[in-house]
Amino acid sequence: MQHLQRYQNRYGDDKVIEACGLFGILDTSGRRFSGAEVIKAMALMHDRGNGLGGGFAAYGIYPEYAEHYALHVMTMHESAREQVEDFLRHHFEVIKGEPVPTRPTPEIVNPPDLHRYFVQPRREDTSDMIEEDYVVVRVMEINTQIDGAFVFSSGKNMGVFKGVGYPEQLAEYFCLESYEGYMWTGHNRFPTNTPGWWGGAHPFNILDWTVVHNGEISSYGTNVRFLEMYGYRCTMQTDTEVLAYALDLLIRRHHLPVEVAAKVLAPPLWGEIELMSPKERRLHETLRQVYGSLLMNGPFTIIAAHEGEMIALGDRIRLRPLVAGIKGDRLYVSSEESAIWLVCPDVEVTWIPVGGHPVVGRLGEKPTPPADVGYALPLEVSLDTMKVEA
Amino acid sequence: MMFEMLTWVERMIEIDATGLHYRELNERIHAAVAEGAESIRLINVRGQRYIGTGLRKPVYIEIHGVPGNDLAAFMEGPRIVVYGNAQDGCGNTMNAGEIIVHGHAGDITGLSMRGGKIFIRGNVGYRVAIHMKEYKDQRPIIVVGGTAQHFLGEYMAGGVLIVLGLDTPRGEHTARFIGTGMHGGVMYFRGTLKPEQLGKEVSVLEVDESDRALLRQLVGEFCHHFGYDLDEIMNGQFIKLLPLSKRPYGRLYAY
Repeated sequence: MQHLQRYQNRYGDDKVIEACGLFGILDTSGRRFSGAEVIKAMALMHDRGNGLGGGFAAYGIYPEYAEHYALHVMTMHESAREQVEDFLRHHFEVIKGEPVPTRPTPEIVNPPDLHRYFVQPRREDTSDMIEEDYVVVRVMEINTQIDGAFVFSSGKNMGVFKGVGYPEQLAEYFCLESYEGYMWTGHNRFPTNTPGWWGGAHPFNILDWTVVHNGEISSYGTNVRFLEMYGYRCTMQTDTEVLAYALDLLIRRHHLPVEVAAKVLAPPLWGEIELMSPKERRLHETLRQVYGSLLMNGPFTIIAAHEGEMIALGDRIRLRPLVAGIKGDRLYVSSEESAIWLVCPDVEVTWIPVGGHPVVGRLGEKPTPPADVGYALPLEVSLDTMKVEA
Repeated sequence: MMFEMLTWVERMIEIDATGLHYRELNERIHAAVAEGAESIRLINVRGQRYIGTGLRKPVYIEIHGVPGNDLAAFMEGPRIVVYGNAQDGCGNTMNAGEIIVHGHAGDITGLSMRGGKIFIRGNVGYRVAIHMKEYKDQRPIIVVGGTAQHFLGEYMAGGVLIVLGLDTPRGEHTARFIGTGMHGGVMYFRGTLKPEQLGKEVSVLEVDESDRALLRQLVGEFCHHFGYDLDEIMNGQFIKLLPLSKRPYGRLYAY
C-alpha cells in the first residue's frame, strides 16, 4: 500500500512518543448492551491517543445474520469496491451487502468507502479445507491482491469499526450507540513507528478474533516470518496485526488453551522457568522450542477477544499498564482504572494483573479476581467513599 | 476578608471534577491556591492527570475518586489525601509534601522521587521507587501497607522504601527482581523474601536498633493515617535490603 500519508495522516508527523488507550467490557451472562459505556470510557482516555486512530470491536451485534460471516470492507477507490464485489460473488453467496451506516462527523475527514457483506462460503469451493480456513484465505487474497481494498472485519455476529480519528469521534461516525453487544473492546491510538491510516487503526481482526494493543512488537519480523509459513499475510503496516493471526493459529487451529497461548506470547523468563516443578518446566521449555518465534518481544498490553471470550494480557515484565475490575457478571479491563470507575461507579473489586498472567472472561462463567496474585483490593474505605459520590 | 471569619473546614473549597479535563481542573486548583485557599476538596475525580503538580505551598488537597497518572508530579509542599485508588506515576519526581492514598496505587509510584513522603494503604504495582534518590537532608520516604509487584526499587539511588505486607493473601510477598540495579537508599520488608526474589545488586540484612527507631517513626505515621495498631505491626519480623555497591555497573561501562 503506497502513499498512506497522502490518504490519511493529515498531521504529517511520522513519529511521536506516547501511549495508547485500551478498554474492554464482557457481560458473562450474555446480556447485550449498547456501545455507550465503552465510548464513554474511551473518551475519558482521550489524551492517551493523538487522533490518528481509534476503533471498537463489538460482539453479538448481528443476531439476525448470526450464521453468516460479516465482512466489513474499506476501499480507497471505486474500482476497488467493484473488484471486491466481483470477488465476493465468485467465492461466496452474498446474503446482503450494504454501506456500513455512518453519520457526518466534522472531525472524521477523508474516510474510505465502507461496506459490509453478510456471506456464506460457496460449498463447492470449500471441499478441500475447513470453512474458517477458506474465509481466512479469501480475506488474505483481497487484502494482498486487490489494490486499495481491505477486509477489516470477517467474523460471525461481530464487527470491527475503526478509522483515523479519536475513538469517540469514530463511535459517533459509526453510530455505535445504536448497536447492542455482550462484549465490547475499544482502542485509542498513538501511532509511534507505523503510519496512522484507516486500516492501521485497531482492533485488528481475522474471523471473530480481534486484538487491541498498546505498545510495540519489537519481534515483528520474526513473528511475521513464522506466521507466513501458515498462510497469514501481514498487509496493514502495523505490528499489532501479528497478534490477531498468532491467536487464530494457536487457539483456533492448534487448539491451545488460552492460558497456554498466553505463555507463548509472553513466556516466563528463563530464570523463572528454572524454579518451576519438572512437569511445568517441561511444558514451558516445549512451548519455547515449538513456538519461540511467536514470542512477542517488547512492551505491550493487549485485549484480545473472540466469540464468548475476552483476554487481557501484558508483557512479562509489564511495560504497559492494565487494570481489571469486576461487577456482578461483568468483567472490565482498561489502561486506566479511572475509566472503569467512570462507567461502573459501584465496581466490586479492581486489581492490577501481573505481567504475563492473562485475565480471562468467558460467557457463562462468573468472573472472579485471581486468588494467587495478591492484588484483589476490596478496600472498604476507598470503595465506600467513592460510592457516596456516584 | 470574609474568609477570615470562617472556620478552617468551612474554608475548604470544593471543586466538582465531573467532566473536567485535567488542564481545567488544575487551572482551578492553582487559581484557588493563588487566591489563598489552604484546603481544597476535589470530588468525582476520574483520571485527571497531574493533580498537585507544580504547587509550592503547604496546602491540603482531598481527592475523592481515582486521580489520573502523575499525581503530585514535581510537587513541593502540599499534602494530598486520596480517598480512592491512585493510578500510575503517583509522586513522580516529587520534591516535598505528602501523598496519602487510602486505596492502592499503580506502577512506578514514587518514580524519581527526591523528597517528601508517600503512604499507600493497599498494594502497589510494578517498579515502585524506581530511581528514587536523596541528597543531603532531602530523603524521600515511601511506606506501602500491602505488598508490591516486581522490580520495586529498580535503580533506586536513595531514600527509604518500606513494604509492610498487611492483608496480603498467604502473607507473602510475591515480587521478584527486587532492587535490580539498586545502588543507594534502603528497603525494609515486614515478612521474608526468598533469594530468587532479589535482584543481583542487593543483600539482605537484619534490622538493628537504629533501623527499628526509623521504622517505628515512619510506620507510626502510616498507622496514624490509616488507623492500624503500631505495636501489632512492629511485632512482625522485618528485614533490611541494602545495595551491594554504589556503582553496580561501573565495570560494565568503564573500559
